Amino acid sequence: MFDPYKIREDFPILKRKINNHPLIYFDNAATSQKPKQVIEAVKEFYEKHNANVHRAVHTLSMEATELYEEAHEEIAKFIGAESMEEIVFVRGTTEAINLVAYSWGLHNLKRGDEVLTSLMEHHSNIVPWEILSKIKGFKVKYADVNPDGTLSQESLEENLTSKVKLVCITHVSNVTGVVNDVKTIAKLAHENGALVFVDGAQSVPHMPVDVHELNCDFLAFSGHKMLGPTGIGILYGRRELLEKMEPFHGGGEMIREVSFNPEKQRCTISWNDLPWKFEAGTPNICGAVGLMAAVKYLRALGMENVKAHECALTDHAMKRLEECPKITVYGPKDVRSKCGIIPFNVEGFNSHDVALLLDSYGIMIRSGFHCAQPLHQKFKIPSSARASFYIYNTREEIDRFIEALKEIEQAL
Amino acid sequence: MTAGATLEKYIARIEEACGEEKDVIVHFKYEKKDEAISRILKRAKVERTVAGIIFDLTYKGFSIRLYNTGKAIFKKMKEKNQAQEVLAELLL
Repeated sequence: MFDPYKIREDFPILKRKINNHPLIYFDNAATSQKPKQVIEAVKEFYEKHNANVHRAVHTLSMEATELYEEAHEEIAKFIGAESMEEIVFVRGTTEAINLVAYSWGLHNLKRGDEVLTSLMEHHSNIVPWEILSKIKGFKVKYADVNPDGTLSQESLEENLTSKVKLVCITHVSNVTGVVNDVKTIAKLAHENGALVFVDGAQSVPHMPVDVHELNCDFLAFSGHKMLGPTGIGILYGRRELLEKMEPFHGGGEMIREVSFNPEKQRCTISWNDLPWKFEAGTPNICGAVGLMAAVKYLRALGMENVKAHECALTDHAMKRLEECPKITVYGPKDVRSKCGIIPFNVEGFNSHDVALLLDSYGIMIRSGFHCAQPLHQKFKIPSSARASFYIYNTREEIDRFIEALKEIEQAL
Repeated sequence: MTAGATLEKYIARIEEACGEEKDVIVHFKYEKKDEAISRILKRAKVERTVAGIIFDLTYKGFSIRLYNTGKAIFKKMKEKNQAQEVLAELLL
């Protein structure tokens, strides 16, 4: 049975008090807290198994390599990938998007082509494409967003011309929590001959995600938003695509052979197998081990249960926010079309004021653009406060959050 | 005391917040926060106070919201340096 109170016992940080109040952590869309199982896995790795991976014969290196490869396998199972060859460890979602931009986009996009993304994207799914478009001369197009924050299907379909070679879309908006129908988008894109890249940073930690069910070509997500350490993330890519792609970074580990030809005074290089071709240099081994522990923790809870818990919390929060007349909530009101992320503003305060005031109650939320300035422009707001929930949050915490907001409303 | 030394003495961190408002968030050093707040309140004009927790201040045309938890928001600044200059004057 899913019991958030029992889950909380695994998170040492939740015992902290901030400004003399018990910590309420509602900044989960930015990063999640870590259970003791993950902390212990990291500690145990450094205490017992630490060594560099691959191409060594000593015992510690073998142990570290086995753990590192097992982490790839765990992630592959978690998202329904065919095998660990389709799982590339990167620093996070941002690096995964840049990897696809430069390893695939640089070699496959040209003047006259188009990349279709949307106005609800995180900057990390906009900026790499804009940068690359200046180099390669292709066009970046943006599907519009409806006034309630949902993706305009009409705009998406209008923009999905035969020139579009790649559709880059977020699964869940990091501002509104809107869940996009990626399966339908992927079907439309594929019928049109385009590949589909899915930003799963806000979906993989919070709901069951299966790459075959979504039928996406690439999926990126970050370990730190799903109980894992910072600095480790994942790029899933369909094997045949990854095999054809050029490496992103060059260095050790990603090569099979570098042989010097004295006559030509050049080196001939052959790439390593997947996924190592994309993992140049010493990887974040410990991060991978920590992430594996995080994934095992989430699997034990059951991702359907995680989703149901967050839906229930969001439903409760949305209903209780209606008691606050000076609060405007952005995005859809129907919790069935969104995840546990609620953006809002309080009349008379800017978002940073709200975040600072809630901090004095021990409540951690985020304020600003949340790296999604185009969506804020669309909503015609200078910034927003954002509360986001996870497995260890409770209804009582939401009630305390609402009571704090009521006091803030009355402060004016 | 130089402006740099004054800032070093009282301020733990200054960050430009994202959002169109171009606000600058200031975190005072925990052990120095009460002294910093007291110094700022002496020099800036208190426009409004909420239960001694929040102070809406103005100083040389700038709007500042000061929190007794040891944080402050400098509103609509051009850049972080401008907030630092104002802070150095207020904390002297």
